[in-house]
Amino acid sequence: MEQIGQMLLAANTQWVLIGTLLLGLASGILGSFALLRKQSLIGDAVAHAALPGICIGFMLTGERSLIILLIGATVTGLLAAYCIQYIASASILKEDTAICLILSTFFGVGIVLLTKVQQMPSGNKSGLDSFIFGQAAGMVSSDVKLMAGAAALLLMVTIIFFKEFKLITFDAEFAKGLGLPVSALNFLFMTLLVAVVVIGIQAVGVILMAALLITPAISARYWTNSLSKMVIISGIFGAISGVIGTLISSLDRGIPTGPFIVVTATIIFFISILFAPARGIITLKIKRRMTNQKLLREQGQVK
Amino acid sequence: MTNPIEIRNLTVAYDKTAVLKDVQFSIPKGSLTGIVGPNGAGKSTLIKAILGLIPKVSGEIKIYGKPYKAKDRLVGYVPQRGSVDWDFPTSALDVVLMGRYGHIGWFKRPGKEDTILAKESLKKVGMDSYANRQISQLSGGQQQRVFLARALVQDAQVYFMDEPFVGVDAATEKAIIQLLTDLKDQGKTVIVVHHDLQTVEEYFDHCILLNKEVIASGVTEEVFTVEQLHQTYGGKLAFLDKGKVMVEQKR
Repeated sequence: MEQIGQMLLAANTQWVLIGTLLLGLASGILGSFALLRKQSLIGDAVAHAALPGICIGFMLTGERSLIILLIGATVTGLLAAYCIQYIASASILKEDTAICLILSTFFGVGIVLLTKVQQMPSGNKSGLDSFIFGQAAGMVSSDVKLMAGAAALLLMVTIIFFKEFKLITFDAEFAKGLGLPVSALNFLFMTLLVAVVVIGIQAVGVILMAALLITPAISARYWTNSLSKMVIISGIFGAISGVIGTLISSLDRGIPTGPFIVVTATIIFFISILFAPARGIITLKIKRRMTNQKLLREQGQVK
Repeated sequence: MTNPIEIRNLTVAYDKTAVLKDVQFSIPKGSLTGIVGPNGAGKSTLIKAILGLIPKVSGEIKIYGKPYKAKDRLVGYVPQRGSVDWDFPTSALDVVLMGRYGHIGWFKRPGKEDTILAKESLKKVGMDSYANRQISQLSGGQQQRVFLARALVQDAQVYFMDEPFVGVDAATEKAIIQLLTDLKDQGKTVIVVHHDLQTVEEYFDHCILLNKEVIASGVTEEVFTVEQLHQTYGGKLAFLDKGKVMVEQKR
């Protein structure tokens, strides 16, 4: 307990917590739209595709500057997203096949490059391997501030365009009929999605980032039938997952953050699927039993 | 006076095959027009091309004498009910409010006035008691009414509707046709993609027979003849007694 108390007092930990909180919030909110647009897997592909970009960024500059690494990640992440959409629209391959192809190709290249980087003299101390499972606790404060700032910016843009995102997600054709620039809005959303994935990979890691995007969103869907509420609940779930995962991984050096964030999100998911008021499995069972008993009692009275 | 809709030499193609060839017609103000033709005749494509939802190869589309621009807000649109995911987390009222987005503009939320208009519109289609209902819990007919209400709050002059009678109950069909007739009486122009030949004469005062090209267009009594229907459907017609016609079901 004392250890945790001391840790919470440390300025850097506080920043890290604020950072993962905002990250979880942004990723839960954007994840809700991604889920409803049936783009969950694209987020996963983008996260995996960020790895080669990170490595190339490092190899070109020879130093571990987060900005450079994130730019590299954004470039390959966006490239992957557009490759998927291009393959799905221009070839006979379906989207799921395209996602699988792009994800494994980019990630494979990423691992090859990572091996190369670690053989470089400056490479083995680079800590690039922490991008695989994420290491929030080890982030320096400038990196954390960058992540928090970017997450806050993404949140703002999403709130500003909430109404438009809602319409293009529900009925893109009608949106076009109203004169909304649907292609531009799609592009904007895809960019926001790539951005949230990219800023999240240092804390959560490329392998599990998609889980922070999607798990809070599917959990939130169980609690409400309104998009604005779903987005808020999903953001809160994401934020809780981010914070708890970070706290656990700060307990000792070498505990990765990503897996604990994802485990927290998954526990929230199980609670939701079982106990959510209107849709939870157990809630429904209890409700059905009560209705059945009520019916039986009424019939008993009739007899 | 200019007609609300003038289409000249409109050609639309998917890949290399022309779906609509040299389509040409005009529709007078205050009319209720049915677009009739077999499956794959390009009925929905025609509507989408007019609305600019899909690109055209050539041709001229004029709404009230001007090239169509969505920003003019002259046109309301009811897409096919099957074109959206009804499990989307939203309420009937919320969907109707989407019809106001063109009026509300960027960066703003729907205001009180928009909500009042949306509720009025739901009332017009007999759905006011379902305003807060999650849309997946509505029946097919109710969902269609919500789509109609959304088009009504657009407050347009011309309405395009894509198969509004598909999968709806008889009561909804009656309610919709009553509403369309009311719109017509208010001087609005309504164009409906329709496939039930039995009801064409009863519902529509104007009619376009379409099979990739316009076979005939104009007043229903003149256009909707056995001979021209034969030409449109190319022998896929079955004739029932009392001169009623229907399309042979090929499934």
